[in-house]
Amino acid sequence: MINESFKIIIRSETKWYDVDLKSVWAYRDLIFLFVKRNFSTRYKQMVLGPVWLIISPLLGTVISTFVFGTIAGIPTDGIPYFLFYMCGNSLVWSYFADCLTSTSGTFTANAGVFGKVYFPRLVMPISSVITGLIDFVVHVLMFMIFWVYYKVSGAQINFTWAICLIPMLLVQMAALGLGCGIIISSLTTKYRDLTVLVGFGMSLWMYITPIIYSTTSLSDNLRHLCMLNPMSPVVEIFRYAFLGTGEVSLLYWGVSWFFTISVLFVGIVLFNKVEKTFMDTV
Amino acid sequence: MSELMIKIDNVSKQYRLGAIGGRTLQGDFESWWAKKRGKDDPNLKIGSKVYEKNETFLALDGVSFGVKKGERVGIIGHNGAGKSTLLKLLCRVTAPSKGEIGLNGRITSMLEVGTGFNGELTGRENIYMNGAILGMTKKEIDSKIEDIIEFSECRQFIDTPVKRYSSGMYVKLAFAVAAHLDSEIMIMDEVLAVGDMAFQKKCLEKMSDVSKSDGRTILYVSHNMNTIRQLCDRCIVIEHGKKVFDGDVESAIKIYLRKNESEELATKIVYGEGYQRKNVEKGILFQRTRLLNRSNPKCFSGEMLEFVVNLRSERDWENINLRFEIQANDSVFATCMSDSGMDIKCGRNYSVKFAFNTTHIVKGKYQVSLVAFQYDDVGNELLIDGVYPGFYFEIEEKINTDNKLVWETQWWGNIHLQDVMIIEVSETES
Repeated sequence: MINESFKIIIRSETKWYDVDLKSVWAYRDLIFLFVKRNFSTRYKQMVLGPVWLIISPLLGTVISTFVFGTIAGIPTDGIPYFLFYMCGNSLVWSYFADCLTSTSGTFTANAGVFGKVYFPRLVMPISSVITGLIDFVVHVLMFMIFWVYYKVSGAQINFTWAICLIPMLLVQMAALGLGCGIIISSLTTKYRDLTVLVGFGMSLWMYITPIIYSTTSLSDNLRHLCMLNPMSPVVEIFRYAFLGTGEVSLLYWGVSWFFTISVLFVGIVLFNKVEKTFMDTV
Repeated sequence: MSELMIKIDNVSKQYRLGAIGGRTLQGDFESWWAKKRGKDDPNLKIGSKVYEKNETFLALDGVSFGVKKGERVGIIGHNGAGKSTLLKLLCRVTAPSKGEIGLNGRITSMLEVGTGFNGELTGRENIYMNGAILGMTKKEIDSKIEDIIEFSECRQFIDTPVKRYSSGMYVKLAFAVAAHLDSEIMIMDEVLAVGDMAFQKKCLEKMSDVSKSDGRTILYVSHNMNTIRQLCDRCIVIEHGKKVFDGDVESAIKIYLRKNESEELATKIVYGEGYQRKNVEKGILFQRTRLLNRSNPKCFSGEMLEFVVNLRSERDWENINLRFEIQANDSVFATCMSDSGMDIKCGRNYSVKFAFNTTHIVKGKYQVSLVAFQYDDVGNELLIDGVYPGFYFEIEEKINTDNKLVWETQWWGNIHLQDVMIIEVSETES
């Protein structure tokens, strides 16, 4: 048996709760370098570069406003559909979806690096989640420009106290996205099926989340069902904070938090188990 | 200096043979469901059984050893012996199936060229990335970055994305980073082969240097025995996942190359059937070799070794010459010829006695190939017979009484030529 005088001990079997979060903290410099790398390599050799950060959500919002707002005429409690959709999609959903999809490929995409050097593997997904924050900030700035424009044009929109909850919501979205993402990435080392699932699974999930519609237009039963989706309360609170529409339901938000923490917990335990030997199966 | 840096305790690594991970979730579910109901697995080939023992492969099988601070350990073994698996376990890339490993310090590893390099980033950015992967802070790297750039010989290209680098530059930068970063243990896997000779030499010197001055521990895997000789002070031989030898470098290399120890000490070698020869179709000439006046083939440099070689041929030869190709470390470094030719008649036995002068050959173990040849008017060789090896000998060191410099064979070679004459020493202005 190896005694405890060694700084690092590698064992063949580890307990499920043997998660080394302390070493993740020790590698915080690496997390920020990865964030920098993720961001700077994403737009290398592109003509427009970071301008894409603005173009793609803008075009998406314009098209969706035309399809869902103008043609389908989905009710939005008197909010201009453009802002209504932008708040739900560009602010909330795109960050969450980005967290989930970017972390879901952690093991398969980084097999090259992971196969040669050791560092706490959680560093990778955590840095992708932080990279997503850059996009989020850009989206918020863009949203504010349109918010001011619509406010000046006389739309009934106000900030509310719930804006103080935004940091908590961000953490929740990151945690939920990270949790789901690393569960998927842990399973994809063996089952590649899941990578296919992520693509259309995300768009299905978006449709059961009140992004393109408002929960007030649903029947009571449907509304309760919809609010059990952990992302629904997040979207609702965001809208309440920025547009002053809808309400903050603490009960559903609590359920959503419970769900988030469970998923994150399962994710980290599973990830920790898989990271030790995934090189043999990937 | 005796602090244990690495301790490997009965470590095994098992791999499953056949398709690993190539299954689908549906397939696994079907198998699981069938097993639950006690039915045959629908996904197995007919006739094959579940979890058969021979489906697994032990890449490492109960390996244990310890490495002390400042040691430079070479790991040698044939392809597939488990060297790289061992290094992977040490680098924590994958976990062992059995056993434990204790490490007392950080590890820098170069398992493959460009470990952790991102092609889109510049050389400088990659240096910071690699440092951070090792757990160094930005400040620590700042203090070393000049040395790294200088050593890598890539200053001109340091702000170019590394995807534009040549493979040589890649290795140079990667090695410079690994050598300069603050780690207590350094692991090198055969990567130096990509660099040019000058850089390889520089790397080996750098490694010896950091090991001696900073007390860093080095694990080095290579198939190049000369670099192992130059760098390591201890060597481990791995075969079929098991440690077969752990000790001094020369003995390890001998075991790896499967040299026959008893033959090397023999004073008589018979070239029987199946002996390694060249040009068998012209008929066998060499029969056996016997050493005269000694109980073993050892002597001091400068002494004469006297041998008798027995010859017999099934045809006539005229003016046969003999050649002695002297090998050390599996490459010929010197050759000498017999001073005159001889004639051989069909079906007769001859014994040729010759004296072999060992002047200029430094201490070490050597093998000599015997070659019989003729040559035509324009000097082209006509090979008749050759035995590999013809005989062995060992030059021993005289006890160092006259306080001479100790000869370093791995750097200076096997021949110590006559001293260079100094004709005059005079002072000059500049």
